[in-house]
Amino acid sequence: MNSVRALIVDDSSVMRKIVERCVRQAGIDLSSVFQAGNGAEALAILAENKVELILCDINMPVMDGLEFVKKLSSVENAKGVPVIMITTEGSESHVVQALSAGARGYIRKPFTAEHVRDSVVPLLRVKV
Amino acid sequence: MNTRPEVRRDEQSAQETWGPLLELSVREVFELMLGCTLTAPEGPSDETLDIIAMVGLAGQLCGVMSVHCSTKSGTSMACNMLGVEADQVGSEMCDAMGEICNMIAGNFKNKIAGLGDGCLLSVPTVITGSDYSLRSLTNTHALEVRLLFEGSPIVITLQIHT
Repeated sequence: MNSVRALIVDDSSVMRKIVERCVRQAGIDLSSVFQAGNGAEALAILAENKVELILCDINMPVMDGLEFVKKLSSVENAKGVPVIMITTEGSESHVVQALSAGARGYIRKPFTAEHVRDSVVPLLRVKV
Repeated sequence: MNTRPEVRRDEQSAQETWGPLLELSVREVFELMLGCTLTAPEGPSDETLDIIAMVGLAGQLCGVMSVHCSTKSGTSMACNMLGVEADQVGSEMCDAMGEICNMIAGNFKNKIAGLGDGCLLSVPTVITGSDYSLRSLTNTHALEVRLLFEGSPIVITLQIHT
């Protein structure tokens, strides 16, 4: 896998741009980036598009990140796709909740491109 | 760095214990997300601080975290976060300010034992302009950190409801 289609889910447009920039700075080649402001918008995108990586906030309006991750098991285009949660909620119980819901990794804000690389690259199995 | 003192709510201990943690939380957010080091002010400033971002805390710790600065500083913070020029920032300045405040609040509570699970954060609110007053309906005391961002003052305040 050389290039990656990613879905970034966050209610802040600024944070979505920062996440995309950090992913690129981490050396991951993004062929396309889909953006959603909440879990419901993300599910609508996944109904019509395949991605290889999902980066998702937890606290969002309409549908939060935990509910979104739980619903992914029934989404054909999301089967086997790694989900990384990126959030300010850094408590142990939030991490457990996210991983139990199906997330494969967890990044606490504030973060750097190095944090993103350490969490994402092992899941993508790409050379960067 | 992740210091883990016990939760203490009285005013003096909060200032002694949480004051340094609040400053550390602020500095970490600016260094990691904006790539800049904040400096200590050498004296008072007459610069108008006309934008404030606020995040509410509820649970074991109730209060309001706020970041107060000038529009010029807010725009510059957004530029640093997004990697764009000032004329490209527009309405995303408020979004950026809200996110900065949110990250400071989250970073701060994650440094205090027991608060991570027992304290929830609200969605950020951002107010622009300086002709307003802010009142709390409960008793409060405040922790305040004053620093310089690119030579301009920023004030980070945690109002704690008791």
